[in-house]
Amino acid sequence: MITYISIFITAIFVNNIVLSQFLGICPFLGVSKKVNTALGMGAAVTFVMTIATIVTYLLQKYLLDITGLQFMQTIVFILVIAALVQMVEIILKKVSPSLYQALGVFLPLITTNCTILGVAILVIQKNFNLIESVVFAVSTALGFALALTLFAGIREQLSLTNVPKSMQGIPIALIAAGLLAMAFMGFSGIKIG
Amino acid sequence: MNKLKIILNGITKENPTFVLLLGMCPTLGTTTSAENGMGMGLATMFVLICSNIVISLIKNIIPDKVRIPAFIVIIATFVTVLEMCMKAYVPALYSSLGLFIPLIVVNCIVLGRAESFAAKHGWFDSLLDGLGIGIGFTLALTLLGALREFLGTGKIFNMTLFPENYGILIFILAPGAFIALGYLIVIVNKLKSNKQ
Repeated sequence: MITYISIFITAIFVNNIVLSQFLGICPFLGVSKKVNTALGMGAAVTFVMTIATIVTYLLQKYLLDITGLQFMQTIVFILVIAALVQMVEIILKKVSPSLYQALGVFLPLITTNCTILGVAILVIQKNFNLIESVVFAVSTALGFALALTLFAGIREQLSLTNVPKSMQGIPIALIAAGLLAMAFMGFSGIKIG
Repeated sequence: MNKLKIILNGITKENPTFVLLLGMCPTLGTTTSAENGMGMGLATMFVLICSNIVISLIKNIIPDKVRIPAFIVIIATFVTVLEMCMKAYVPALYSSLGLFIPLIVVNCIVLGRAESFAAKHGWFDSLLDGLGIGIGFTLALTLLGALREFLGTGKIFNMTLFPENYGILIFILAPGAFIALGYLIVIVNKLKSNKQ
């Protein structure tokens, strides 16, 4: 149990996927102008990342490892993820139109979100078992959602301030993200278990 | 003259890092030193040039509906080739870049150029476009890497310029990446507005 708690805390706070691993910067800068959209994106990523990690993990263990085709990892994973996102989109549309309405816009963006592929590869590299992989995927996605929502809050405030002309837009956002990352560095060194 | 323009376009007017703001993950994640930044830039350039050439050659065969998946498979193939070559010949660089090598597949620059340039132009122009964008990306990453390495450890390309004890450690760590890139873009914006 303590391993799972440790993975959970580490993935959300200590090694936050955006602020210390630098994955998923594009959506982090792109869809963080409003808190509501940030929450929607966070939810969509959590949903897809969990499913994608389970599927790619099983494929790696029961297909690639057995046949000795580990070098095909990158190609197989990206194709599976792209197909999966399409499938999730189609199924959601049929089964739960309300959820589709909330997450629909973000789903196509997720294929090229490097956090999904990144986490799928990371769980293989870290030699996690299936349950550990799921916990890792969920908590990483929650960490992403947390960083995105916090940052969106900061950017909503930023839009009201008077920023020098050359710093408007992305530069000031990057500098604010740097300060947020500095705050998250306070978590480094926490060890559980 | 026109050919030269395609290359220069990638370095200045459509610089992927400073102007288009694409491919931010490797830009921030791998620039802890000038050497790593340059390695990442060159690796991306290899994939860009190869995928651009192949896509421009077979663009007429691919049905329009499955265009994007086909592009992704081509890009993933070259990334796998690159991965195996780097593992064999430069294992140290490979392990320090780590996860970011397979993640070139989802780098928006590569897919972006395939879609916006290679799918519309001939193979030679696409090669030059890949070269130009690749050089622009490599220059940006090397510059950011050199800046962070200099401020953080007092070295550039492992040459000591001032003792390491006086370095500002934060520039090697995660927050420094965001802040350094932010200020570099500010400088680029300022230069652009001065020119007008």
